[in-house]
Amino acid sequence: MASIESIVRDSQPLKGPHVIEYPFRRSCGPILSEFFGALREGRIVGIRSKTAGVLVPPSEYDPVTAEALDEFVDVGPGGEVVSYSWVSKPRPLQRLDHPFAFALIKLDGADASMLHMVDVGGDESAIQVGMRVAPRWSAERKGHIADIEAFVAEADAVAAPPVLSGEDKPVRAIRTPLRLEYDFTAGREQTIFLRGLAHKMILGARRPGDDLVYVPPRGADPRTAEPTSEIVEVSDKGTVVTYSIVRVPSENIDLELPYVCINVLLDGSNLPFFHVLQKCELDEVRLGMRVQAQWVPDAELSASVTSIAFFAPIDEPDVPYEDFKEYC
Amino acid sequence: MAELCAVIGVGQTNFDANRIDVSMPGLLREAALRALEDAELTWADIDAVVVGKAPDMFEGMMLPENYLADALGATGKPLLRVHTAGSVGGSTANVAMSLVSAGLHERVLTISFEKQSESNAMWALTLSPPFSVSVVAGAGGFFAPLVRTYMHRSGAPEDTGIRVALKDRLNALKNPYAHLKMPDISYEMIRDSMMLWDPIRYLESCPSSDGACAMILSNEKLAERTPRKPAWVHGSSMRSEPVQFAKRDAVNPMSGRMAAQDLYSQAGIKDPRKEIDCIECYVPFSWFEPMWMETMGFADEGEGWKLTLDGTTALDGSRPVNMSGGVLSSNAIGASGMCRYAEAANQVRGEAGEHQVAGAKKALGHAYGGGSQYFAMALFGAEKP
Repeated sequence: MASIESIVRDSQPLKGPHVIEYPFRRSCGPILSEFFGALREGRIVGIRSKTAGVLVPPSEYDPVTAEALDEFVDVGPGGEVVSYSWVSKPRPLQRLDHPFAFALIKLDGADASMLHMVDVGGDESAIQVGMRVAPRWSAERKGHIADIEAFVAEADAVAAPPVLSGEDKPVRAIRTPLRLEYDFTAGREQTIFLRGLAHKMILGARRPGDDLVYVPPRGADPRTAEPTSEIVEVSDKGTVVTYSIVRVPSENIDLELPYVCINVLLDGSNLPFFHVLQKCELDEVRLGMRVQAQWVPDAELSASVTSIAFFAPIDEPDVPYEDFKEYC
Repeated sequence: MAELCAVIGVGQTNFDANRIDVSMPGLLREAALRALEDAELTWADIDAVVVGKAPDMFEGMMLPENYLADALGATGKPLLRVHTAGSVGGSTANVAMSLVSAGLHERVLTISFEKQSESNAMWALTLSPPFSVSVVAGAGGFFAPLVRTYMHRSGAPEDTGIRVALKDRLNALKNPYAHLKMPDISYEMIRDSMMLWDPIRYLESCPSSDGACAMILSNEKLAERTPRKPAWVHGSSMRSEPVQFAKRDAVNPMSGRMAAQDLYSQAGIKDPRKEIDCIECYVPFSWFEPMWMETMGFADEGEGWKLTLDGTTALDGSRPVNMSGGVLSSNAIGASGMCRYAEAANQVRGEAGEHQVAGAKKALGHAYGGGSQYFAMALFGAEKP
């Protein structure tokens, strides 16, 4: 059986991967819609501004005077590398799998440069500032910046192949998928809490000399910012201080609907937290009811909140509201 | 002595579930141009721009303010962004007011927005880091237990939330910019709508909207020259607290009470029940109307619901609340706080259109955010403070 002391001693913070991923949409508005529609046709358009000449991609507003812009100008498709940054080890989600350059390219007829990729077959010595480049068009163009696969040496470029889809509806929105990969670190106090769960122990913390126990421990008392350095074990039994019955689906939540989300105050703790109540008829859930953590089988226990499968009612009398009214 | 500050122009977009007709800059532009038009000014008349929106993850764009300078005429001017979760529309205006009051700038454009159709707020609010389990289903999942606690504490009739929703949805019919307009709305429709987060029903909840709201603020000298009547700022306040601490009252939060008291003290309000004519407050789920009435001192604790039931908060009541239809009718999250301010300002300007409260002299705008932990408020007057 683990002791608090052994868990606290082994408090090297837990780490794990945290991936945030979503296919965000960008509505284009009338100006960028024209730009993406032109790309689908194998053309590049810019827009004329009074103060900064022809801008590519077209801007909706003059960068200095803020006036609305509407005079489209065909540019390119050839242009000149103004500056570049060599990518020697492409990342998994980048569009080329061999070394390439991100480059600022000033297209013929434009006054501002556009950011895109230059593909010189992975040979860094083949690119230089001032180099003439032209698009290598994608065969299947959809009205997206990736309709240009990359820019290549002008001598190697071929004219845009015709549009295969025959699609001519305005491009009103594009998808811009995002994926962020974090190394999540739980921190010292949360690590102690999580390691406790692997041993069916619920650990909280308090300021030395104080009687308020925080579960999960937060490292400091949120009221005073003083460290809560004393680790204490609390019961896995508690009281429902409030709840809701969730009937609406949500991303990242796999629970079957409807489910009961309870705010539970564990015996010995002074901070209620959210969890799920099961093995209870929906019309029997009530404020003050007594519940207990139901742990996953021993073989599945781990340093994770998933070690508590859910809470379930226990055969103990309800706690009067007066006794927990400060906690809800 | 601080400068006086006034709202001299108000503009908002039409709110809708999907403003696919405009880009994000285009959306802000629409509100900003309407505010400039209201004040009869041009971009060149603006000294600084203060932008607000809720978390970046709601659209998946880091620091969107960084590419809004051309759309908002901010080139060569200070452009800054404020972020205090759902209260941001209020706190953004408060920051802009402080720039004017401090004498740093004479005219400031303040604007806030959300384009919820670009993403999914439920997803953004339930990101599940390692070692944890997500059980709280979005904002409704967080706030529903608080509503249940309020119902228990106050003993309010169970249909209070239905009555608030009916009132606000009827008010929205008079607001040309509102997202949700339900001409056939009825008590029964709301009562019979689906429970989403019991005890919160579908029609007791706010929609997901795209939209923006803008205000032009100026100092006293320039406000006196403005073509339309200004709304004078009599006070503005912000308070915060942690989302969790032992014995926290999340139903009637300390920071909300402190912000209201600070606001009344700045504005010289001794009895808000007698001196404030109407209130536009942040009510994303209908039960929050009675809750905020108590927090802001318009009712004793446990009695906020009586103001709904006796008609005090109705548009033709003695102290109307959410005349515009409120957050229940349009919720572009980042814009929502500023829409509250804009409505309060327009009421004392006499520019509130069909939802004008006759003779409104003092109006309160209110916003909250996070887990009821950030509060922003402002009090607007028809006369100088």
